[in-house]
Order: sequence, then C-alpha cells, then structure tokens
Amino acid sequence: MSSEAYGELMKQINQGRFVFTGELEPVKTTNLEEVIEGARTLKDHVVAVNITDNPTAFGYMNALVPSYLIQREAGVEAVYQMTTRDRNRLALISDVLAAGALGIKNILALTGDHTTVGDTPQAKPVFDLDSAGFVYMLKKMVDEGLDLNNNKIEEPPKFNIGIAAAPNANPLEPEILKIERKVKLGADFIQTQCVYSVEQAENFMEAIETYSIKTPILIGVAPFKSIGMMEWMVKFVPGIKVPKEIQDVLRKAKKAGGKEPVYEANTEIFGELLKGIRKSTKVAGIHTMAIGFEWIVPKIIERAGFRTSKG
Amino acid sequence: MIIVKQKHLSKILEMTKDFKKLLIVGCDGCASVVQVGGERQAKILKSLLEMEKKMKGEEPTAIKAISILRQCDRQISATALKPWMEDYDGILCLGCGVGVQTLAEICESTPVIPGTDTKFLGMHDTKSDKFYEMCSACGDCLLFETGGICPITRCAKSLLNGPCGGQTEGKCEVGGWKNDCAWILIYNRLKERGRLDLFTKFRAPRDYRVSEHPREASIDSDEGKSSNE
Repeated sequence: MSSEAYGELMKQINQGRFVFTGELEPVKTTNLEEVIEGARTLKDHVVAVNITDNPTAFGYMNALVPSYLIQREAGVEAVYQMTTRDRNRLALISDVLAAGALGIKNILALTGDHTTVGDTPQAKPVFDLDSAGFVYMLKKMVDEGLDLNNNKIEEPPKFNIGIAAAPNANPLEPEILKIERKVKLGADFIQTQCVYSVEQAENFMEAIETYSIKTPILIGVAPFKSIGMMEWMVKFVPGIKVPKEIQDVLRKAKKAGGKEPVYEANTEIFGELLKGIRKSTKVAGIHTMAIGFEWIVPKIIERAGFRTSKG
Repeated sequence: MIIVKQKHLSKILEMTKDFKKLLIVGCDGCASVVQVGGERQAKILKSLLEMEKKMKGEEPTAIKAISILRQCDRQISATALKPWMEDYDGILCLGCGVGVQTLAEICESTPVIPGTDTKFLGMHDTKSDKFYEMCSACGDCLLFETGGICPITRCAKSLLNGPCGGQTEGKCEVGGWKNDCAWILIYNRLKERGRLDLFTKFRAPRDYRVSEHPREASIDSDEGKSSNE
C-alpha cells in the first residue's frame, strides 16, 4: 500500500516514476546564495533536494531556512533532514511545526553522527529520541494531530517521512531489521548511503525483499569531486567499498590531465552505475549526493540514458 | 562498583596549597578496590605531597592519612572523622563524588577537596585488569529485553532502537573503532537465544522523569518498587 503523498516526491513515487533526488549542504556561513544556486542547478533534474542538518556533526547553518528558501526561491521541493543529536523532543516538535508552517513536504528522520566525530567534539550530545522514536513522533503528529505526549496540535503538519539506510552495513541483517522497525512505524520512503557498484545495490535490495519491505527505496550515489576525496573515503570511512576498477580509472584520469578528465570519468562511471542499478533492481529512484559540484548530476543522469524526473 | 581516578598531582597541589594542616581521607570501598583511594594510596599521596613541598622549598604542610570503611555511609564517616576533623583546615578526599559530599556535609566548616574524578559504574575484569562502564543508573532498567547488555550505557548514543550507521563489523566509530557496538552485541546474543523479536520490537522514547535529579530512595517505603505501579 502506498503512502499518502503530501508533496511531489511521494506523488511521483506513487505514480511509479523513477525519481531522482539531490543533496545540498548549508555550511558554516550566513550566505544563502550558494545553496539556492545549487537548487537551481538541480531543479530540472531532480524531484526534490535534501538539505543536510549539521552533517557529520559539523556546526552549520540550520537546515530549515534553506529548505524553505529553495522551495520559494528556486522552486524545488525540499527534503528537510533532521537529526535527533542536537535537539530534545521539545526542540524537535518546535522545528517540525515550523517546517509545517513553512510548507515543507518531506522530513528525513535521522539520529545523526555522534558529536565526537564533528568539528565541535566537546558538545553535549542530546539523542533524547533516536531515529525510530522520531519517526514514531512524526507519524503521530501527521496522522493523529498529536505530539509525543498526546497533546493536541492545532492544524497538524503534513509530511512524508523518510529514513536513511546503510546498504553496506556489516553485518547487514540488524540493519535490515532496523529498517523494518521504522517501516512499521510509518516511514514513507528510504534514502540510502552511497553504493559504488551495482552488486552492492543488488545485495541490499535482495535483503530488503527477503524481509518483504515494500517501502520505496532511493539508492544513494555519490560521485567523487576529487581524487583526494576518494582516497580519504577509501581510507577513513569504514563500510565504504569503492571497487578497485573505479579507483584505477579515476586515478588514471587524474594523471592524464587533472580535473576535467576526472569529472568526465565520474560521469561515465556513475552514469553506468545508475543505469545498472535501474536495470537490475527494483529501486524507486536514486539519491544523488554531489556536494559542491551539483552541475555533474544532470550529466550523470543524461549519461545513464534517463529522462530527468521532471522531463 | 564506582570507578574513580586520582587527579593529577599538580592539580591536587594547586587545590591544597593554602592548607597548613591537611587530612587525606581514603575510602575502603570502591576507591580502594580500584587501587586509587584506599588507605595505602592515601599514605602514598601523603608522602608525594610532602616530597613535592620539600623539593620546592616550600613550607611543609602537616599531613595525616586515614581511611574510612565506606565514605558513602554518613554515620560511619561521622564516627571515623570525629577524632580528627577539628584539627585540620582542609580535607582531601580520595573517595568518589558521593564520599566528597558526605564528608562535606559532616565537616561543614572545613573545606573538602576532591582528590579523584569519579568516572563511572563499572565491572572489573581481572584478566585484562581493566574496568568497563556497564550501568548509567538511568532508573529504568531494560536489560531483560536487551540480552543483558545495556544500550543506554554501552551505546555511545544511548539508542533504544539501534544499531546506527556508525558501526562496522561490530565496532563503533565513536572512540576510533575500538569499542564494540552495543547493538551488534545485543543482536548477536538475542539471535543466539532465538529472541530476535526482542531486537526488532520498537522501544518508545523514555520517560526521563525517572532519572530527574536529585533522586532519593528509602529502604522501607514503596520507593523501591516500580514507579509504574
């Protein structure tokens, strides 16, 4: 059974269209132009854009303001990411109500990376709720018009609720069981962390099907802005498996002549990856993460041979 | 037991520098078991402080080291301190934070200085000779459904519905992939017991009123029973 659609993202998913979403990161700045510009770049190619909430526990601009502004200024639907790391349930309720008032249609409910991995590791971590508890709270607010403590909300907000998943989790079963738990609580869609091979997507989707999870899944794909970024991820981000062939092609491109060949190689590699995932899995779409070089997303989508979401 | 760690000597010297007569009070309870704040350590600390003063050519402090059976017992502590408390202008406590405050309540007019930092409630593994944090005294124990492994304490995020994406191969990213992910431990144990139903169940957000500070309990009243009754 498909979820009621409150925005364009869920509407298109329900219609069975293969969707793309993008991602933008408001950083440590008061400048909003960059994020709005990024949204404009993505506008005709994705159905919605995620706005990150203090990603990897770096203290950045509040995600709600850009979520609102990309809708108003760039005309792109936002997926407002919210973590439970920095807010207790009172603060979550406040921000959720504010998001509803501002016309946000999607919330991605996350626990969030631990404070100690970020740029302000001395901070007191909150984690009053975890992502499952947050989904539970959101569902109650949307469907029943009640907050966590059963207090009535005047004009309750209407959102579709997204959750994250880690397709490369090892071991995988507890991750799948956790997804199942949140699906039962009312998650409408799932956006995953990045995969780097069709096989990784296939294995994950196979596990998902074993547990009869029907919630639409957008597989995460993240091209490499630079070789340095790739090397860093391979070295320091456990669970990220970048196939050797991809690493070799990108390194070779870098040697051949710097940035442009690397971008070209990215377009080729990730275009093929998208095509492969579409062909051999039953995913609902792709979540693209190309922070700081959003312009590559349309190129990758085109290379994969798709008409874009809004096409 | 309560795990304490002695503060750095320079810090202790700084905190006690104005006292002419200092009473070091160890505790024969937890602090003694962890070999930080027992009688023996109180005596060693006395020698170290005296030596430091001597080496620096400072006026010596008159120091006496004693220890108390259990500093956290107000009556035991009061009895043990009675012969000494009038004679000293400062007390250096080597017990836990409870001990420091118990002594401070008894010796109202004498400053009581903490000589240790109270770290956590832990298990002693004599094989590795390490102490591991096991309980946060959250006031609402859920160990019956998590395979006897506490996610409130042993998960860095205290998740009720883990694991999160910060684990790989059963290790937690917090602390640099050294610590076990509590939720993978829980998953493995419950799976072994054929009780994955307990793993998959949703645990609703906790009611933090049960751990509202300051808490109190009494032995004879209903306080010890479930607050849900």
